[in-house]
Amino acid sequence: MVKALPQLGAGRLIVVEGIDGSGKSTQLALLQRWLVNQGYPVRFSEWNSSALVKQITKRGKDRRILTATTFCLTHAADFADRTERDILPALRSGGMVLSDRYMYTAFARDVVRGVEPNYVRQLYRFAIKPTLAFYYRVPLEVALGRILGGRNALKYYEAGMDLGLSDDIEESFRLFQRRILQQYELLSKEFGLMVIDATLSIEEQQAQMRAIVKPKLEGVKRLSKHGKVSLLR
Amino acid sequence: MERFRFYGSGLPGVKLDELRGKLIVVEGTDGVGRSTQVALLRQWLEQRGHAVFDTGLTRSALAGKGIKRAKEGNILNLLTFTLFYATDFADQLENQIIPALRAGFIVLTDRYIYSQIARAVVRGADEAWVRDIFGVAVVPTAIYYLKADLDHLIPRVAFTRGFDYWESGMDMRLGRDMFESFCRYQTRMLEIFDRMSSFYGFNEVDANGMVEEVFEKLQRRVRELLNHKNTAAAK
Repeated sequence: MVKALPQLGAGRLIVVEGIDGSGKSTQLALLQRWLVNQGYPVRFSEWNSSALVKQITKRGKDRRILTATTFCLTHAADFADRTERDILPALRSGGMVLSDRYMYTAFARDVVRGVEPNYVRQLYRFAIKPTLAFYYRVPLEVALGRILGGRNALKYYEAGMDLGLSDDIEESFRLFQRRILQQYELLSKEFGLMVIDATLSIEEQQAQMRAIVKPKLEGVKRLSKHGKVSLLR
Repeated sequence: MERFRFYGSGLPGVKLDELRGKLIVVEGTDGVGRSTQVALLRQWLEQRGHAVFDTGLTRSALAGKGIKRAKEGNILNLLTFTLFYATDFADQLENQIIPALRAGFIVLTDRYIYSQIARAVVRGADEAWVRDIFGVAVVPTAIYYLKADLDHLIPRVAFTRGFDYWESGMDMRLGRDMFESFCRYQTRMLEIFDRMSSFYGFNEVDANGMVEEVFEKLQRRVRELLNHKNTAAAK
């Protein structure tokens, strides 16, 4: 996007996607542990976490003044900030970047909110193509059981209350997640996401993930042989 | 009545045929006297009996403060910076401009998407990408581009509020000092504005003269627009 960007170094970008409650964050954390223990330089990045943009997003969420379009744009700004600040430098330095959610989250959520699919794709044109993009496929009821059973308070935008699907926050969440799940299924085909059956045991899923990641590690320089060095998260 | 349209994919949930007012944009590079002209225009339009809503960049409830804070620290990267401005713009568009147009106001804006596009492009952003982002924008009824040469711009800035970090493009390291940087930065901005002028169909107003002279010219153009529109509507 920016002219005269040097080509990427030997870094690897691994991202996980899936609806809330699919277990993707758990899997990514286990993968990170495994990589760090082998001495690989790892940078972790998370959706909607840029300190700079968070203030704006939080303001919009607290006051409930975000529309589909501004929701989409603030999340793209967050993504841009993390791309420029964390992801690109880490990849160019030849390290591993693990991202909990990536542009596909925007492609799913923003489109459910009514933004033109093509607009969102153009917006994220600057995004770096991941080395591997995992999609944790899970039936809606399983994911809902994990979420609604565990945490108590669903948040307004998280539950898609802004879509006016239902006045009941749990019901709204259900309907919203169903639509997002449908989008993920389409995206999984469009972008060839690596599908993991997220109903399997945590251990089985992790073993599959590691087996897929392993060949991609060839050529990545390690910082140490045993990985006792504490690394950025 | 002429119908509004979007530049690109537009805004979800907005019905353009509900918009009745007029969207008048005053554009121009830094120091050209935009805000003065907008203030004069507003007075005159209200005098004529039009309800005027005026607005400008980085004032939105959502992102206005955030942009100010980030600029103070000079910590914005290009992509983030562009998307920040786009967020702010979309917020104003949806929450202020469109409701005002729906209510039949003349919306008078001190700059619109064009300054934002220019600021990103001058810093190396991909022009097509930036244009796509701002495809959410409503195409204005008229875009008045106050056009002044660099020679006229310099003293206006130097003897009023002085050179500002961003208006001088100091983040781009174009010169040894602010003056030099301002000249080089604004020269590039003027080139971009010239390109946009034909692309977007700006209505160019010679802004090299004194405030009153410029206003007379601007006023004539706006009068033509309003009279023409009234006749068209009456038919």
